[in-house]
This record gives sequence, structure tokens and C-alpha cells, in this order.
Amino acid sequence: MPLLEIKDLHATVGDREILQGIDLTVDAGEVHAIMGPNGSGKSTLAQVLAGRDLYHVTRGQVLYDGKDLLEMAPEERAQEGIFLAFQYPVEIPGVSNMYFLKAALNAIRKHRGQDELDAMDFLNLIREKMALMKMDQTLMNRPVNTGFSGGEKKRNEIFQMAVLEPRLAILDETDSGLDIDALKLVAAGVNAMRSPERGMVVVTHYQRLLNEIVPDYVHVLAEGRIMKSGGKELALQLEAGGYAALGLFDEAEAVGKA
Amino acid sequence: MTAASQHTGQWLDAFTRQKPAAPWLQELREAAFQRFAELGLPTTHDEDWRFTNVAPIARAQFPVHPALARVSTPSANVEEARDYLAKHALYDHCAFVALNTAFLENVAFLRVPRGAVIEQPIEIVYEAGQVNGLSHHPRTLIVVGADAQCTIVEKYAGSGQYFTNAVTEIVAGDGAVVDHYKVQLEGDAAFHVATLQATLGRSANFSTHNISLGGALVRNDIGVTLAEGTDAIVNGLYVVNGTQHVDNHTSIDHAKPHGTSHELYKGILDGRASAVFNGRILVRKDAQKTDSKQTNKNLVLSDEAVIDTKPELQIFADDVRCTHGATIGQLDAESLFYLQSRGIGKEQARSLLTYAFAQDIVDRIKVQGLRDSLERVLFEKFHEHSQ
Repeated sequence: MPLLEIKDLHATVGDREILQGIDLTVDAGEVHAIMGPNGSGKSTLAQVLAGRDLYHVTRGQVLYDGKDLLEMAPEERAQEGIFLAFQYPVEIPGVSNMYFLKAALNAIRKHRGQDELDAMDFLNLIREKMALMKMDQTLMNRPVNTGFSGGEKKRNEIFQMAVLEPRLAILDETDSGLDIDALKLVAAGVNAMRSPERGMVVVTHYQRLLNEIVPDYVHVLAEGRIMKSGGKELALQLEAGGYAALGLFDEAEAVGKA
Repeated sequence: MTAASQHTGQWLDAFTRQKPAAPWLQELREAAFQRFAELGLPTTHDEDWRFTNVAPIARAQFPVHPALARVSTPSANVEEARDYLAKHALYDHCAFVALNTAFLENVAFLRVPRGAVIEQPIEIVYEAGQVNGLSHHPRTLIVVGADAQCTIVEKYAGSGQYFTNAVTEIVAGDGAVVDHYKVQLEGDAAFHVATLQATLGRSANFSTHNISLGGALVRNDIGVTLAEGTDAIVNGLYVVNGTQHVDNHTSIDHAKPHGTSHELYKGILDGRASAVFNGRILVRKDAQKTDSKQTNKNLVLSDEAVIDTKPELQIFADDVRCTHGATIGQLDAESLFYLQSRGIGKEQARSLLTYAFAQDIVDRIKVQGLRDSLERVLFEKFHEHSQ
């Protein structure tokens, strides 16, 4: 059984149809990259998979581990092992990172029938994962993402992923806004989590992240559909010729040429 | 007989039955009662009481019980308080202050000598226990000498249906540093009306935090008068649910130049609860270089809760900085989704975010014991709501 099976998925926001029939299958152990021009629906796909109610699914089906994903509340999806690394992690003043992550981990453990972690075990776990992400431990006592730099926010996402150990990780433009050192650090964190049990969907605009997180498959998303699928060489092709080489318009490219 | 005099009639019985006091006090009581009889309890026709209807208090006819509450601080001999009492919280314009003064008997009186530094917070607790159908009129007087420092925590608690009508006067000398906290945890059916008047000296540094959680019908009138170079922080938090009503009227009087006032009131409303915030700031002609900032933020968790918020700025000086702002909002959908996307259930996510909204007021409380207990109370409160 595939880990994730998306069939003819259509989704709208307001009266605009953003996803216009997505088909995608991800098996455990695979890393799929989804590339595409701005506005192609990449982030919408990521958010729909995580359960954001801003988007309405009008047609199609998503099976996660054989179960109907679209029937589940966002927290159930997370408890079942789905993790979305946000493109724009949300700042939550007044809730400490520590408290937040402990509540999240314990909710997931409870769902799995495990006991809550005691304070000591939790601390040891987060110390280990923070070291992996080279994160300053004082960030744990600060409010969630509040006053974090762009790089700190992205690292915080991957750190959370490392603590929560999802079965399906969806990374939404985790590379955006990162300098090359931060990018390598984040990619190393992601690579450390690759395993035969875990699937990953890496959404990105640029090839450079895929130099660090080498995907098994690359899909090009445009106008709400997957236009082309291939191996990692497809990303290189895009890097050389741009989206225009595939006959696709990309605003960022157009601006770059002007 | 008018409605007003009908209602004062009930209080008159209690007033005439009072034990006689020293002549000066008897005179004060009589003058106050006289004024109360003239004013009558306010109605919603009074501009200051438009959104708060005290008819239930008038109707309930609560007999006065002077020793209703257990007071943690031994009441001082009223004689000692004579020079200061009723000189700051004036009864001419407020029926509730007049009523409190008419029933003056015991005073929680604290006097901090010039230059003295009291490090331990002083707690004054009015604990009403399980009572029904009675009223009490707690009176607190705090006189802080020049350059002295102290921290005061006033707590009001109880259960049952009763009426608390409290008056607190704070007088701070030049250069004094006074931190004041009021925590109102009255019973769900209780009525609570409280007046605080703080009169502050030159370059005094004053803060007050007004935390209002309990009570069925609650009104706070907070007056702060600044002198030259005085620094005042006037903060508050109100959390209401069910059919609770809380009304906070604050009035900050910049009487002299170079004063600074920062005011932050935050409210959380659920159920069919209602709240009023009215923030008056007066900058007198002399009060040049005043720096004043007022903020009122409300988190409304249900469709039926109602908030009325109104700034009232009266500025007569021309070289001042005064800002004000009010917000009314709901829980942020993106924040909720973020928490849920990490496995946290929707209800827990809501209570976490609600708690977070109150957090910046709680963080400003410098008395650790109070901060900790408040964190617990709030946490349980929001957790209950979410069940």
C-alpha cells in the first residue's frame, strides 16, 4: 500500500480553482520533489494535505496509508504521522516553544498509545535534536517563532520535525530565504531523517535545495496540474533551461530577464 | 417617593442602626450618607453608567454586614487614618463611594514611613466565605512616604450572592515607588463595585494591575492623579464568561508637566458575557511634555459576547504625546492551524492561544507568588472553557 495516494485532486479558494486534478503517489522511503513556477499551486497542495480549511476540496481523493485523509481534522493527520514544514512559520506570542512542542509530542504519543514523556526525557530529546540543528537552546524558552530570524524559523520547523518523527514529511519551500550555510544545515537535518519507513514531499521553486536533498522523483506542477514527472535529472533540466524551457511562464524568471 | 429615595430607604435603616463612632467619623458618615441620598444609585441614564445597570444591586436590598469579610491585615485604629481618609476618593460625585464612606468602620490602613523600603509584598485579603444576601464596604488606605517603596496586593474573594463595595485610597509621596495589584475572584453570583484613587507625588513611580475574574456584575473605577515627572502604569485584565458583566472605567489625570502614563487593558470574553472599557485621559493646561499611551485589546471568543470600548481624551496642553488604540478580535486562524498541524487538538489549541493572549499582562506582574497562582487560575479557566 502506498504511503500517500492523491487521485484527481481539485481544490478551490473562494471561487478560484487552484488545484485542477493532481495525481501523485508516494511510497515509504521515497523523496518526491514538487517544483513549479510561482502561483502554480505548490503551497496549496501542501496546505490541503495538512488540512488547512481555507481551501475547499471539490473533487478527488487522498489516501494516507489507505485511510481517507480528507476526512481527518488537521490534528488527527499530525497524530497519524503527517508533518508540514511551513513556508511561513507562524509567530505565536505568549506560548513558549518548549510548552508548545511538549504539548504536540504528548498529543502524538497519546494517539500512538504511548505514555507522556517525563520532563527529563523530554529535555534530553530536545537537547539531542537541537544539537543536530545547531540551534541555540535559549530559543526553547522564547515564544513560538516570535522574534526569530528567517533562518531560525526554518530551522525550528525541521527541529520540530526531528522531535515529532513523522511518517510523511511535507516541506513547503523550506529553502526560501535561507543563505547557503543555513540551507546546508536545514538539508542535513532533513537528510538525517530519510529512512525506508518515511516518505517526503519537498516543495521548492529552485533546484539548489535539491542539490542538498537529492530526490528520487521530480514533478513539475503548473496551473494546478502535474505537467511532467521524472527523476532527479528533471530538476537539472529546469535549472539549465528554466520553466520557460518546458513552455511554462514564471514570473520570477521573467523579472530576472528584464 | 422617587425610585432613588426608595432605594436609599433600605440603606437608611442600616445607617441608623450603625454603632455610633467618634464625632469626626460620625460627621463624615453623615455627610456621606446625605450625599448618597441626594445622588441615589446611578442609572443607565448617567453617561458613566450607560452600559452597566446596577438595578440588581438596588433591588437586592443587601443588609450591611461590617465584618462580612475576613481581612488579612489587622484593621488600624480609624483615628490614625483620620488625616488621610476620604480626602482622595471623594464621595461628592459617586454614590458608591458615598455609601462606603457612610458605613466606614474599619480601615485596612498601611503607612510606610519616608524612605522606608518594604521588600515583601503586603497582602490585603477580603475573603467573604459562603454568604448570601449581605453587603460589605471594605475600605483600604495606603499612605507611602516620600522616597519609600512598597508592593501591595489586594484580593477579593468569596462565594454566594453578596455585594462588595470597596474603596481604596493610595497616597504616594514624592519619589515613592508603589506597585499595586488588585485581584478580584468574587463568587459567580456576587456584585462587586470598587473605586481606587491614587494620588501620586512628584517623580513617584506607580503601577497598578487590576485583574478581574469573578463576580456577576463588576465595576471598577480607577483614578490616578500624577504630579510633575510622575510615572504611572495602569494595567488590567478581565476574563468573563456566561452572563458576567465587567465595567472598567479608568481616569488618568496629568495635572503637572513631564508625567508619563502607560495603560494596557486586555479582555477575554466568552459566552454571553459583556464588558466595558472606558479610558479617560485628562492632560491639564500645565501638563506640558506629558507622554501618555492607552491600549485596550479584546479577544472575543463567542458570537454573543459584547464589548464596548471607548477612549476619552481631554487634552488642554499643546506640547504632549498622547496615543490610544483599541482592538477587538478573535483567535487567529493561522495560529490555530499551526498548533493543530503539530497534533494539538483544536480545543487545546484554542485554550493555549487564549491563555497566550493574557500572558503579557501576567508577565508584567512582579510578585512571583501572585504571578504563579494567576497562571494556574487562568490556565484552569481556559481549560474548563474548552471542555
